[in-house]
Amino acid sequence: MTAATLTGPTADPTLPALYRVARRARETRDTYTVALVPAEDAPAPAFAPGQFNMLYAFGVGEAPISISGDPGSGDPGKGGSLVHTVRAVGAVTRAICGLKPGGVVGVRGPFGRGWTLAAAQGKDVMVVAGGLGLAPLRPAIYHILARRERFGRVSLLYGARSPADVLYARQMAGWRRAGLGVHLTVDQGTASWSGDVGLVTRLIPKASFDPGNTLALICGPEVMMRFTIAELEKLGLGRQQIYLSMERNMTCAVGFCGHCQFGPQFVCKDGPVFPYSQVAGLLRQREV
Amino acid sequence: MQTLEPILREHPFFQGLDPGYIALLAGCASNVVFRPGHYLMKEGEAANHFYIIRQGKVSIEIASPGRGPIPIQTVGEGDILGWSWLVPPYRWQFDGRALQETRAIALDGQCLRGKCEEDHSLGYEILRRFALVMADRLAATRLQLLDLYGKDP
Repeated sequence: MTAATLTGPTADPTLPALYRVARRARETRDTYTVALVPAEDAPAPAFAPGQFNMLYAFGVGEAPISISGDPGSGDPGKGGSLVHTVRAVGAVTRAICGLKPGGVVGVRGPFGRGWTLAAAQGKDVMVVAGGLGLAPLRPAIYHILARRERFGRVSLLYGARSPADVLYARQMAGWRRAGLGVHLTVDQGTASWSGDVGLVTRLIPKASFDPGNTLALICGPEVMMRFTIAELEKLGLGRQQIYLSMERNMTCAVGFCGHCQFGPQFVCKDGPVFPYSQVAGLLRQREV
Repeated sequence: MQTLEPILREHPFFQGLDPGYIALLAGCASNVVFRPGHYLMKEGEAANHFYIIRQGKVSIEIASPGRGPIPIQTVGEGDILGWSWLVPPYRWQFDGRALQETRAIALDGQCLRGKCEEDHSLGYEILRRFALVMADRLAATRLQLLDLYGKDP
C-alpha cells in the first residue's frame, strides 16, 4: 500500500486515512502530544473517551495509540483534530514523535470501547493514572469537567516516574480550578521536588469519595492497576465499580488477528476499557 | 490538662489496643511542631521517638554529596514515621525533613522500649502494628524499585 492510494477518513477499518500533524508539543523528554487533522477536506471522526487509533508511520510501521484529546473540542465528527500523546519507545513511536507540523501519518480508528462515563453520572469519580496511563484518561477528564455538575466529587490520583515525567503539568492547575481534586506523586523525587514521593496508591486516602457511590477509572502499568484495585477493594469498592484500560498487542484493531486476545476477549474491540468484574479472573493469570 | 489519650485512641494505628495501654502510651506522648525545612530525624543520630503525623508533610530522604537530599518517600496526615527506635542500635537510618509546617505527636521510644520489656503483651501489640507499617513501606519501596513507569517495567 502506498500513501498515494490513501484518502481521508474511511469506512474501511483496515485502510489508513491520511492525516497531517497540525501541532506537536513536547510533554516530557521522550513524550510528545501530536494533533492530527485529515490531510484532505474531510472531518475527523468523533470518538469516545478511552478509544484508540492505529497510527501508521509510513515506511516504519503501525502502533495503537490512545486518543488523549478533548472529545468535545470543535464539533465532533465535523472537524477538529485527533490528539494523541505518544512516548518514543520503539521505532514507530519514535518516528511519530519525530514528525514536525505538516508531516503525514496514516490513521485507522477510532477503535474499541471507552470509559463508561454515563454510568458515572451522579456518582463520585476517582481517576487513577500511572505514567502514560494519564493520556487515555484525559478525554474522560475533559468530558467530566464539561459536565461537572452531573458528577459528585471527582479526583485525579496520578503517579509519575519523576517530576520531569509528569504529563500535562501545566493543565493541572486549570483542572483544579474547574473542580477536580488533583493529587500527584512521583516514584523518584528530586532535591527540588516538594510534592509527594511514593506509590500512587498512597494518594487514595487523600481523595474524598463515598465508597458505596463511586466509580473508579484506572489506567497504567498492570502491576500498578492490580495494587490500586486491591486498595480500592479494601475500602469497599465492588468489582462493578472499577473500570480499567488494558493494553495488549493490538495489531488489526478489529478483532480479526487475535494478537490482543485476553482470555475470551479481544482488547481491541471488547476493550481496551473493561469493567474489573469482567477481567478480574484474568488479571492474575500468567501469560494471558 | 487534656491528655493525648483521646487522639491516640482514635488513630487507626492503635485500633483495638487495650484502653489501659492507650493510657500508658499517652504518658509517653507529646505534641510537637516542625517548621518547613526542620528535621524530625537525622541519619546516624539516636532514634528516641516515633511520630504520628497530624498535619503537614515530611520527606524521608538521604543526603548525598553533590546531589542534595534524595527523597525516598513522603509521609503526611495520619501516617506513622520512624521505627529505628525499635531496632538496635536505635539510630535513624534516614533523614526526616518537614516540607511543610508539620504537627505531630511524638512518642518517646526509650520510655516505650522500657514498657515493652516490662510487659511483653504490650511489646507484641506494638511490634504487630509496626510490622504492618514496615510491610506496607517495604512493598511500596519494592514497587518503586520496579520503575513501573519506565520504558521497560
